[in-house]
Amino acid sequence: MQMNGAQIIVETLIEQGTDTVFGYPGGQVLFIYDELYKYSDKLRHVLTAHEQGAAHAADGYFRGTGKPGVVIATSGPGATNLVTGIATAMLDSVPLIAITGNVPCDLIGRDSFQEIDITGVTMPITKHNYFVKDVTKLADIIREAFQIAMSGRPGPVLIDVPKDVQTAVTEFIPKEKVKKLPNKFVNEREAEEDIKSAAELLTKAKRPFILVGGGAIGAGLRDDIQEFADRTGAYIGSTFMGLSCIPTDNPRFLGMVGMHGHYASSVAEHQADVIFAIGVRFSDRVTGNKAKYAAKSTIIHLDGDHAELNKNINVEIGISGDVNSVFKKIVAMVPSKTRPDWDAQVADLIDKELHHNYKQLSTLNPKVAFDIMNEIVDPETVLATDVGQHQMWAAQYWNFKEQRKLVSSGGLGTMGFGLGAAIGACIGSECKTVLVTGDGSFGMNLNEMATAVSTGVPVTVVLFNNGVLGMVRQWQTLFYGQRYSQTTLNRKTDFVKLAEAFGAKGYRATTPEEFKAAFEEAYALNGPSIIDVAINEDEFVLPMLPPGGSINDIIVEK
Amino acid sequence: MSRIIISVYVNNQSGVLNRICSLFSRRGFNIDTLSVGETEDPNYSRMTITMDGDDYARLQVVNQLNKVHDVKKVEILELATSARRELALIKVGVSSETRQDIISAVNIFRCSIIDYTPEAVIVEVTGEATKIDAFIEVMKPFGIMEVARTGLAALQRGNTCMLDK
Repeated sequence: MQMNGAQIIVETLIEQGTDTVFGYPGGQVLFIYDELYKYSDKLRHVLTAHEQGAAHAADGYFRGTGKPGVVIATSGPGATNLVTGIATAMLDSVPLIAITGNVPCDLIGRDSFQEIDITGVTMPITKHNYFVKDVTKLADIIREAFQIAMSGRPGPVLIDVPKDVQTAVTEFIPKEKVKKLPNKFVNEREAEEDIKSAAELLTKAKRPFILVGGGAIGAGLRDDIQEFADRTGAYIGSTFMGLSCIPTDNPRFLGMVGMHGHYASSVAEHQADVIFAIGVRFSDRVTGNKAKYAAKSTIIHLDGDHAELNKNINVEIGISGDVNSVFKKIVAMVPSKTRPDWDAQVADLIDKELHHNYKQLSTLNPKVAFDIMNEIVDPETVLATDVGQHQMWAAQYWNFKEQRKLVSSGGLGTMGFGLGAAIGACIGSECKTVLVTGDGSFGMNLNEMATAVSTGVPVTVVLFNNGVLGMVRQWQTLFYGQRYSQTTLNRKTDFVKLAEAFGAKGYRATTPEEFKAAFEEAYALNGPSIIDVAINEDEFVLPMLPPGGSINDIIVEK
Repeated sequence: MSRIIISVYVNNQSGVLNRICSLFSRRGFNIDTLSVGETEDPNYSRMTITMDGDDYARLQVVNQLNKVHDVKKVEILELATSARRELALIKVGVSSETRQDIISAVNIFRCSIIDYTPEAVIVEVTGEATKIDAFIEVMKPFGIMEVARTGLAALQRGNTCMLDK
């Protein structure tokens, strides 16, 4: 069937299983938007307030559903506004398809109005990108983009389509939905040997520790890892990106490790003799001082991305390949066993952790707020966060029950990510969504409250309001002699009125009772709301492993 | 730190060179020389890149290059098992007093003079990078005006091909 490029884009997106796209129209994507109008019964378009919000929403859509997110923006500023969103997706291995318009081919390279070399700009922050000059290749490029985005270690792909390619006509032949490519790095023979060695190490281990990352969620290993830990007496810790893989209430799960990880989890990781790391990249937030990280442990590293092996940490056994099948092969060779000494050692650590006194500074504090929320929310609720202290409190205190329920910028640490992402995750998953944020992060992209209202999503914004950039202030307190340079906000924003101005409900809470009442009401709403939660500006995120420090430097009390 | 010679088969398309070069700078590696041209198959180009680095750099550069969609194959060439050549054009000022000495040096180094005027000659020198360095040293006293070097081209010795492996 003869179609123009714009129609081919929409047809191919639908063919590849896309039901929702996020975006913002503009001069060079008018033809695509014309087709979106015609196809509105088959493909939903969510209009955001800003392209950055659209990119984060498409990212959140994936995190909430496991399906690739799609974002559309016009040329020039529309495209550059996607950049932070694309980089966020890159660092957290999110398959995101970004489609941008560009000026017609004969205007390219002339600094035309709203012309930008977006493929050049996004080269280091995409898995791959395309500048499409030939309409006959457009459909296959989109299909390949989906395949690249989802295969191996997932990541964002950008497709830049000049306006004249959108209007050019060619024959469109429908094809099947693309399949993920197999991981090309597996050296079968070497891998088989490594799998055997890994199984032997785990069998002989006295103190086994499993470290799960985002790759373990992607590989769908939630049940297998829990079953393996149960029957072998291993304990499980998580990186930030691995949170929600294992339910918080699993007694073998000790919580997040690293800079703001749980004490018992970080120390148990340090004391383990074998660490089985699955789908992690040993970021500096996990390891602290690399020379001292897990110095007494033997590390088995299993990852979908071959380049992650021995990149940040030298490991004894590194295996790349299909994480799910390799994990199953390894554990099938490890016999069940109880490890009472290790149990006792960990029980002691948990006991120590319970006796740490974090000295909350006011009755309404982050811990209390999370306790209240954990009591009220349904298990399928999505938790979205921005970046800062509130994000780490969420990691520590939120009761994760189901998988793919954490929507947060881990690698890039993008303040302003939360609201757009929460909207995208909520639309995709059709689950109630709680956005925990701070007054700093929220201020960056609060314009997306307009989108929350226009789409009517049940997103409850819990805004920890301390009037400061809390995480930076914490560092200034600890490492910069309490010189609070540019972290005291001195704003007079009334978030209740702000919510109302956008057409959402607004609440204010200064005591636990007020918060409980407000959250109950807000969470029950079938639409967006903001709860302004007053907390003390000197509340700390603890424990804290200082940057570049080791386990012995861990700060547990203020 | 040692010299690393990397041979990369890439899609012969616009933008690919940029993709590869930006990867090197992004990962903190410094390219010493780079040569690129079409291969036996016009769909692919071969890039020959040299850099200094340790074992970590060797591993990283191969792993990271392998992740680039436009890269078909990556191989590190070892000094003992590869054939390498570089070409340089060197413009040297001449006078009636120096002309004979320059021509002698050109003959000894098995170079050729490809442009000649009463004031200057262009010498073409081909060989290992060390030979070119040595010839440049010899020419320095005569007054080098300009140098253009191609960077290294290299192939694995023997009857195997990179893509066959």
